[in-house]
Amino acid sequence: MRIADLPKYKLLPREEDRVNHIIESHQGDRGMVIPVLQKIQKAVGFIPIDVQKKVAHELGVPEKEVYGVATFYSFFSLIPRGKNNIRVCMGTACFVKGGKIIADRIQKELKIKPGQTTPDRKYSIQVNRCLGACGLAPIIVINDHLYQKVNPDEVMDIIYSHKD
Amino acid sequence: MGLVKKADKITSLKQLQKIKQDVIEQNLLTEHGPRFKITVHLGTCGIASGAEQVKKEVLKNIEDRKHKDIIFSTSGCVGFCALEPMLTVESYFGKPVTYYQLDAEKIEQIFKIHLGQNKIVEELEPITEGSEVNDFYRYQYSRVLRNRGQIDPLNIHHYIARDGYFALAKALSQGDGTQIIEAVTKSGLRGRGGAGFPTGVKWNLCRQAESADGVKYIVCNGDEGDPGAFMDRNLLESDPHSILEGMLIAGLAIGSPKGYIYVRAEYPLAVQTLTAAISQAKQYGLIGKGIMNSDFDFDIQIYEGAGAFVCGEETALLKSIEGKRGMPRPKPPFPSDEGLYGKPTCINNVETLANVSQIILNGPQWFNSLGTETSKGTKIFALAGAVKNVGLVEVPMGMTLRDIVYKIGGGIVGDKAFKAVQMGGPSGGCIPEKFLDIPVDYEKVKQAGSIMGSGGMIVIDEDTCMANLARYFMDFIQDESCGQCVPCRIGTRRMLEILERITKGKGEEEDLEKLEKLGQVIKETSLCGLGKTAPNPVLSSLKYFRNEFEEHISTRKSCERLHIKAKVKKV
Repeated sequence: MRIADLPKYKLLPREEDRVNHIIESHQGDRGMVIPVLQKIQKAVGFIPIDVQKKVAHELGVPEKEVYGVATFYSFFSLIPRGKNNIRVCMGTACFVKGGKIIADRIQKELKIKPGQTTPDRKYSIQVNRCLGACGLAPIIVINDHLYQKVNPDEVMDIIYSHKD
Repeated sequence: MGLVKKADKITSLKQLQKIKQDVIEQNLLTEHGPRFKITVHLGTCGIASGAEQVKKEVLKNIEDRKHKDIIFSTSGCVGFCALEPMLTVESYFGKPVTYYQLDAEKIEQIFKIHLGQNKIVEELEPITEGSEVNDFYRYQYSRVLRNRGQIDPLNIHHYIARDGYFALAKALSQGDGTQIIEAVTKSGLRGRGGAGFPTGVKWNLCRQAESADGVKYIVCNGDEGDPGAFMDRNLLESDPHSILEGMLIAGLAIGSPKGYIYVRAEYPLAVQTLTAAISQAKQYGLIGKGIMNSDFDFDIQIYEGAGAFVCGEETALLKSIEGKRGMPRPKPPFPSDEGLYGKPTCINNVETLANVSQIILNGPQWFNSLGTETSKGTKIFALAGAVKNVGLVEVPMGMTLRDIVYKIGGGIVGDKAFKAVQMGGPSGGCIPEKFLDIPVDYEKVKQAGSIMGSGGMIVIDEDTCMANLARYFMDFIQDESCGQCVPCRIGTRRMLEILERITKGKGEEEDLEKLEKLGQVIKETSLCGLGKTAPNPVLSSLKYFRNEFEEHISTRKSCERLHIKAKVKKV
C-alpha cells in the first residue's frame, strides 16, 4: 500500500500523551526502533504514519527505516485494531483441525478480511501463524483470552460475547 | 519477589547446596507435619483450559476445610496438553498422583477422598505409576523436561533445589572455558533448532574468532515460528533458569559478556516468566558482574520479536535485534565471525541451551549414552494433530515414529487410518506410513524426505487432503518470504497459484511437473534457509501422495467436493 492511500486516523489527546512519553524516553536510541514501536502498538493498538515520523526523528533514524520495520513485522498495524482483536491461529495443527473453516466463517460474518477492522471499530481480525498451543487446536485468541477446540458453529457466539 | 537481601548474593557452591537443603526440608512431607503437597500446573495450555480457576478452587478448598497440613504450589506445564487442566497430589503415604480435566466437582472429590480419607480417587482414573493413561509418560526420558511439573518457574529456589546453577558453579571452578567446550563437543550435542550443527564446534569457532574490542555475543533463538512446534515456549515458561544457566555457561566458554534472548511477542507468558527469572538471577548475583565471586561478567537481555517467520533464520534474527527489518544475508561470513553489530556471535536454540547444564553436571558420556550413532541424547517433539495424546514428548533419539505415534501418542483419534507425519514445519515434509519404523534421528528423517526441524510432529489422518496441505504450506511461505530474492518471492507465489488451481479442481496435467521444476529451482537458487527449504512440503507430498494431486486434476473436483465424495463412500 502506498502511504498516500492509507486512511487518516488521529490519536486521541490521551493516546498522544502516552505515545510521546514512550518516544521521549528513548530519545537518540537508534537501536530501539522495534521495542518503541512495540510499546506504541501495545498502548494504542496501531502506529499511524505521523507517529512513525516522530519515532524516526526522535530516535535519529531515517523515516523509511521506521516505515520499513512497521510494515515488515506482523505485530504492527498501520490502521487501528478493533476494541476486540480476534486472532485466528493458522498453524498446521489448527489448520488440519479446521482453522481455515473458522477463519472463513468469521470473515464472512464480520464482512472484513484479515488485517482489517469493522467500521464501528469493534472487531478486527488477524490470521496468525501458529500461536504455539497446538495441543488445544483449533484455537482463537480474543484480546488476551485463548479459546480452545473451537467449533466453527459456535465461533460467532464466542466473538459476540466480547462486546466492549 | 523479595526472596533475597542485597547481601545474600550467592558466591559458592556451598550456598547453593544450603538453599537446596532448605527447599527440600520445607517441602518434606511427614506423618505428623504437612502430609500432602498439591501442585497446580499452569502453562499456557493449562491456563487456556481453566487452570487458574482450578487454582482458585483448590485454594478455596484448603481454606474451607482448614487444612493446615497441605503445601500448595504451582508449576509450569507438564506437557500433556490433551488432559489439561491438571494437578498433582504428593503425599507422605504414597506415590504422586496426577488428576486431569478438572472441574470444581472433581476437585471437591479429591479433597474429600484423597486428602480426607487418604485414598486415591480411582473413578477419576488418575495418572499414577502403572496406570493406563500413564503410557504417555512411560516411554519418555525426561532430561531437558526433568523439571516439568516439579518447580515453580517464578521461584529460583525451586530451580536450585533441582541442582540448578550447580553446573555454572562447576564450570566456573574449571577455569577458562576450554574444558566446557571439550565436554560439549564430546557429548555430541547438535543444534536442536533444526539443522543439527554440532554445538561444541560452533562454540569453539566463536571462541577462536577475533573481536577487535573483545566483545562477543551469545544469542538464544526463541523465535519459535514453525507451525506445530511449541517446545521452546514450554521451556521458557516452565523452566526459564535452565536456559539462563545454559547461556551463562556458553558465555563463559566463549568469552562473551552479553547475551540476548530473542522471544516471540506471541508468547506473553514466556516473556513474563523470563523477565522474572532474569531479575531473580540478578538479585542473587548469578547474572551480572563478578558472578559467584569470579571475574566472569555476564548480562542477559530479552528482546521481543515482532512476528516474522524469517527471523528464525539466524542472520535475519540478528538484523532484527539491531532494530531493522529481519532480512537474511548470504553466509559466509558466519555469525561466529561477523554477527550482531559485526561482532562474533554464537546463536543457539532454546532446547540446545537447556541441554547444556546437564552435560556439564553429568558428563558427556552420560549424555551420549542415549541416542543413535549420529544423533546423541534426547529430543523433544511437539506431538499434535490427529493423535490421541497431544503434548510434549521427550524421547531418546532413535525411537521409531511408530512408537512415538502409537505408544506415546495413543494412536489416531477416532481410530481412523494413519496417513502421514508432517515434520519440520514449512522447511520439512510429510513422512508416509512406509517409514513409520525408521528410527528418528537427523539423518534418517532426512532420508525419508523431511527434516528434524525444531521438533514439530503433526499427525495426519485419512481425512486430510495432501494437496490442500501442500497449498497451506506454500501459502504460509509465500506470506512469510522476506521478498529479498526473486526465486523465493516470485517462485513460491507461482507454486501457490498452481496449487490453488489444483485444489479448486482447475489443475492441468502438466502442473505437477511444473511444480517439481519450480521447486528444484527455488531450492537451488534461494538466498537463505527459508527459500532453500520452502518447496519441501510440496515436493515430499508430490513424491508420496501424487495420486491425490492427480485425482484433483483428473476429476476436476475441488477439495470440498472430493472430501464429500470420500465421506459418502464410507457410509
